[in-house]
Amino acid sequence: MSKRIVVDPITRIEGHLRIEADIENGKIKDAYSSGTMVRLLEEILQGRDPKDAWAFVGRVCGVCTSIHSLTSVRCVEDALDIVVPPNAELVRNIMFCAQYMHDHVVHFYHLHAMDWVDVVNALKADPKKTSELAQSISHWPKSSPGYFSDLQKRIGKFVESGQLGIFANGYWGHPAYKLPAEVNLIGLAHYLEALEWQKEIVKVHAIFGGKNPHPNYLVGGMACAIGIDDVSGLNAERLAYVGQLLKDGKEFIEQVYIPDLMAIASFYKDWGAIGGGLGNYMVYGDLPTNGYRDTANYKFPGGAILNKDITKLYDVDLKKDDEIQEFISHSWYEYKDGDNKGLHPWKGESKVKYSGPKPPFEHLETDHKYSYLKTPRWKGNAMEVGPLARVLVGYARGREDFKAVVDKALKDLNVPIAALFSTLGRTAARGLESVLTAQWGLEFYDQLLANIKNGDTRMAEMSKFDPATWPKSAFGVGHTEAPRGALAHWINIQDQKIANYQLVVPTTWNASPRDGKGQLSAYEASLIDTPVADEKQPLEILRTIHSFDPCMACSVHLYDEEGKTISRISVLGD
Amino acid sequence: MTNDAITTQPTYYEEVLRKGYSRRDFVRFVSMMTAFIGLEQSAIGQVTKAMETKQRMPVIWLHFQECTCCSESFIRSSHPIVADILLDKISLDYTETLMAASGTQAEEALKNTMTKYKGKYLLCVEGSVPMGADGVYCMIGGKTSLQILEEASEGAAAIIAWGSCASNGCVQSAKPNPTGATPIHKIIKNKPIIKVPGCPPIGEVMAGVIVHYLTFGRIPELDKLGRPKAFYSKRVHDTCYRRPFYDAGLFVETFDDENAKKGYCLYKVGCKGPSTYNACGVMKWNNGTSYPIQSGHPCIGCSEENFWDNGRLYERGSSFAGFGIESSADTLGKVALGVTGAALLGHAVATNIGKSTFIQEHQEEGKESEKELK
Repeated sequence: MSKRIVVDPITRIEGHLRIEADIENGKIKDAYSSGTMVRLLEEILQGRDPKDAWAFVGRVCGVCTSIHSLTSVRCVEDALDIVVPPNAELVRNIMFCAQYMHDHVVHFYHLHAMDWVDVVNALKADPKKTSELAQSISHWPKSSPGYFSDLQKRIGKFVESGQLGIFANGYWGHPAYKLPAEVNLIGLAHYLEALEWQKEIVKVHAIFGGKNPHPNYLVGGMACAIGIDDVSGLNAERLAYVGQLLKDGKEFIEQVYIPDLMAIASFYKDWGAIGGGLGNYMVYGDLPTNGYRDTANYKFPGGAILNKDITKLYDVDLKKDDEIQEFISHSWYEYKDGDNKGLHPWKGESKVKYSGPKPPFEHLETDHKYSYLKTPRWKGNAMEVGPLARVLVGYARGREDFKAVVDKALKDLNVPIAALFSTLGRTAARGLESVLTAQWGLEFYDQLLANIKNGDTRMAEMSKFDPATWPKSAFGVGHTEAPRGALAHWINIQDQKIANYQLVVPTTWNASPRDGKGQLSAYEASLIDTPVADEKQPLEILRTIHSFDPCMACSVHLYDEEGKTISRISVLGD
Repeated sequence: MTNDAITTQPTYYEEVLRKGYSRRDFVRFVSMMTAFIGLEQSAIGQVTKAMETKQRMPVIWLHFQECTCCSESFIRSSHPIVADILLDKISLDYTETLMAASGTQAEEALKNTMTKYKGKYLLCVEGSVPMGADGVYCMIGGKTSLQILEEASEGAAAIIAWGSCASNGCVQSAKPNPTGATPIHKIIKNKPIIKVPGCPPIGEVMAGVIVHYLTFGRIPELDKLGRPKAFYSKRVHDTCYRRPFYDAGLFVETFDDENAKKGYCLYKVGCKGPSTYNACGVMKWNNGTSYPIQSGHPCIGCSEENFWDNGRLYERGSSFAGFGIESSADTLGKVALGVTGAALLGHAVATNIGKSTFIQEHQEEGKESEKELK
């Protein structure tokens, strides 16, 4: 007989996620993932200026900030057939890399580390031994015995105060924590260092986009004009600042994040066989090196993998009616022609209809509808998206840079490639692609400098900014690889206004409820068979769910209210 | 409104030391007090510790309809840095973004603080509350955000409404506001509420509001809209380093044009600085690195109420709702000034003493723009 447990709120994520799981004989037998907040942004976008959309959808998420704005301007540029100047592409790429560096480091230390690092146990560490260990894995300068000893005293005083703040009620002492006290102390020290570091790398966004979170984008390019002889433009000082930030960021990733990741992973190799889930992976690809339209020359190549078979790669077409579709069999919506049909985003229709229990409630009705997330499918398949998908696709495409980092990590940990299909694999992949984006960011930066030196100072293509130049009707798709995975926006512009705007986002792929055929999505599938040592302390559930880096505000979107049916948009000859 | 009880009072131990007693005296005193209040001998250690340790301000940080950009901005603060705020200044007992505990343990932490520090904790709210469909558009732990807010605000000493979501509804309350997204002050009426608008607010402004409360023992002075005067009493336009270009009639006509490269005023490409009250022009973003206008994009007015519905982003400011008396003075000035170059020069000099040479150099160009603006 299984027992139903509820974890709500799942903390250390963006947004509101609830997990219900059935536990039998110390393992998870079935699991249900539910998004419990909705804002209906797509309805709000209707009738607005397509050039403004990036600002609205940028507010979908402040954690993976910038990435929805980027997707939105690409989506409108696709609809209006605008090609941005190379400099704008490079600036967008540099901001993309900075975003990955920031987001992945913050995820590792501030959202995920406490699943592996026992903060209270760190107080038992020997600072001298900790220092020796730290110096053996990295040449990061802050690793003297005194440094660790001071930190330990500070945390000791904090714990003694009895006010544990964000560490209160953690699962400290849980048997699933396996790190020696010294590694725990390193993890805790770098939790605090990373908290200070993360505010630096985002200055790249402030320089190009004016602020972070939510830097500014522009349909047609970027607004940060190059003016090498003016104090207001991108001049030598501004560019040098970007270069320094990227360099310092790379140093932190290589000397702190990666050594910590590998040290911690080496104590949790058993998690290389837990939490694998679907085995289907999908990537749209990003980081153009020869223009956004030349998808073959992306740094992150696109493609899909089925059943963990990395010898076969499939292409994904975002515009084809029968490839990407959204289902609502277990989502709190209604479709006009019945809830069992899947709809391509350009034809998307939604009517929110909450049919769950009246709050306050104990359990969701998981046999029926139980989430505000829709269920996207690719050719009917449930797909996992995110760092692991990207690393696997890059590896499967035979890209040398991917092979180098993956093979080294497998060798250092002494695990087979199959260990990647797991909770640990997801967490490791995030680190590995951070190394790559840190390198690529500097490559793009050098190219930007070379372009400017060669006299190309264009930053925006403005010939189609005036709506008078637009066709009466236009359709577009914009895609990217958000830190959490494949992201695309679909737009329909009619008479210079947004007639329909749809987003299918990474966390919707991963965190959605099962489909009408009973196929689980990634979160639910990955929890099956996960051991749970103490059902009152859901540490193992947190490990696997956090390995996906949930972003719930992103994942919930629809565009209707209280039974009103929106005008259906006729596309693709429909 | 003060919070003396929590932050300004020294611990008993500090007090005892200050008066010249030794630690031994202190422990003897604690033993006596422990017996006096009827506790077992074994409780002496606990009492000693409690009296030695200064309490940090308990803070509950709720998350409703939001994108978490406020939390992200808060951790960007450079002075004080967030690690110091968390370890030394406040006790952040509940925040879904950073706390270690989940589920039951998270809810317990919330409940503990609400009970133990009733009337003393600071309640921070990030996000709006959906009032539509009986609140089911945002549920945490099986409760609606409205239920959670009402419970948590009851024992709060004061409330901080972080960002535009909690202060005025932000993007989800833009027309037609399908979920009934509602800011905090429209729901909670019996507590002091500090609104800190912006999408998000500047990190140092957020830290500044908290530090003000801790340092001076009272909430900062607020304007009539409930915002701290320290950060929201000046228009972005009035503090903008590009203001002289506005006064001189020198504008960016289209993005990436020659004027954009020279850093002219962005008013004609939609800058909402003239109707936006915020500290961006003075404090800038990310420890003073830049701010939107400096990086070539118009201010979108993200700290103003209903900014999503106050005209399109790249539309010139004429259609601003609430384009008030102060700013229409500028506009009136402009219209009058457009008549002659001499008048233009006169106004420019009057508003920018000492910039006359600069103005003169650009006068011809300015006159052309001036005509267009009219």
